[in-house]
Amino acid sequence: MNIFLQQIVNGLVQGSVYALVALGYTMVYGILGLINFAHGEVVMVGAMLSLSALGVLLGWDISPLMALPISITIAMAGCMALGYGIERVAYRPLRHAPRLAPLITAIGISILLQNLAMMIWGRGYHPFPVLFPNTTHTFGGAIISDVQIAIVVLALLIMAGLMTVVHHTRLGRSMRAVAENQHTAQLMGVDINRVISITFMLGSALAAIAGLMVSANYGLAHYYMGFMLGLKAFTAAVLGGIGNLRGAMLGGLLLGLIESLGAGYIGGLTGGFLSSNYQDVFAFFVLIAVLVFRPSGLLGERLAERA
Amino acid sequence: MTDPLLQIRDLHVGYGGIRAVKGIHLDIAPGELVALIGNNGAGKTTTLKTLAGLLKPNSGEIRYDGNSLNGVAAHQRVSMGLALVPEGRGIFAHLSVSENLLMGAYSRGNSDEIAADLTRMYALFPRLHERKQQLAGTLSGGEQQMVAMARALMSRPRLLMLDEPSMGLAPLMVKNIFQTVRDISAQGMSILLVEQNAKLALQVASRGYVMESGAIALSGTSKELLESATVQRAYLGD
Repeated sequence: MNIFLQQIVNGLVQGSVYALVALGYTMVYGILGLINFAHGEVVMVGAMLSLSALGVLLGWDISPLMALPISITIAMAGCMALGYGIERVAYRPLRHAPRLAPLITAIGISILLQNLAMMIWGRGYHPFPVLFPNTTHTFGGAIISDVQIAIVVLALLIMAGLMTVVHHTRLGRSMRAVAENQHTAQLMGVDINRVISITFMLGSALAAIAGLMVSANYGLAHYYMGFMLGLKAFTAAVLGGIGNLRGAMLGGLLLGLIESLGAGYIGGLTGGFLSSNYQDVFAFFVLIAVLVFRPSGLLGERLAERA
Repeated sequence: MTDPLLQIRDLHVGYGGIRAVKGIHLDIAPGELVALIGNNGAGKTTTLKTLAGLLKPNSGEIRYDGNSLNGVAAHQRVSMGLALVPEGRGIFAHLSVSENLLMGAYSRGNSDEIAADLTRMYALFPRLHERKQQLAGTLSGGEQQMVAMARALMSRPRLLMLDEPSMGLAPLMVKNIFQTVRDISAQGMSILLVEQNAKLALQVASRGYVMESGAIALSGTSKELLESATVQRAYLGD
């Protein structure tokens, strides 16, 4: 087995998920200048909702081919409603408050969602059902499964779709206008509250898909899964340059690769002193390094004037 | 006399503890070009922002086309025909020139008409046509003013409000912009022009209001104001 190539494959799969979640952070930051720290929990809710829906549908003897898209749709709808609600309840009343206030409500919402999920779905791990025979393919000494191929392809398609919406539609134009100057956008006739709500809903829809991907890839879901995933995706958004969509995608893929390669080689490099359990360290090492050496991220602009 | 398009009655506006506008009255008839002049801090920009809906009046009323604007959100006023070219132009620097103009037509539905208007704007401002794919932030100040004006016109306004269009521009560009204001006015659009450059504003306007510390100090035809001793002393520098 070729470890290097295998870690690249794993990194790309994990990175695709980070990228989808990071887009949610960066879209909201771009428009409101706010870190939606509850976003990771939306991913978790997406995973839980799709698992529950799958369970029910498969119980009704509906074929997996039908059950999967229906579950994704239910999870996306649920998460979009959740994202809309979070903005209305936790952020809109604080639109003109000092920046610390919405940060605290974000953490509050995050804890609330975790506990609600624990009450609804319990503390246990929920296995992801086997829907299709998950064939694996070998190339150049690396192994990749059908699920992993599907994750990467779907993530790329979604990202391309999002970029098209943002750069080539009236909605996307109004989102960019609101991100740049809310007052002037209003003078153009843009209902900024509507655009902000749509932005939260779009990000939450991506989060729902990411949640399903994670649980399909690892084969399980858990009420606590959103916390670390959210932090990692936030790191990816910062790495790419928060507020920059291309940056979120690049940062997500890069972070996935860094983590995966780091985990693959850390044992050998430290003579077995540190194991791949330290994988998470890499993400936060990256976060600190970016904040120290290039706070604007790889593709971001200097943010001084916006602060 | 026809009914005024815009009527401001005893308008009071304040923000952050400052009373910026203290009970002004102002009328604009359909097709009229009215200048609102005065020194920095006189309350001109506050008046325009209140007309556009960005600031809420403390008391008083703004009537537009016979209806009260009290409680009408800023974004709803655009489709009613009010357009403001804000002070400092407020262009979207990260959007291309053509995207900026399309933002102006945001509240309009018909894409054929929008496309036709886009062509008209490029005819009115050929310079913008040359630069339509360029990011608006890379344009010169004068070109940005053209973008801001063309963008406002893209909403097909009935009342165009211009806040200091000459600010920070080279004399030749100022001349250019004011010629455009004249042309637009000649086509029958109602315009409220706010300017610190009183002479220039009164030369294109038919009537004017002079604002001082939040109140209307003087009003009349442009000719009367240009000849008034007070205006000459305070604003025309003679």
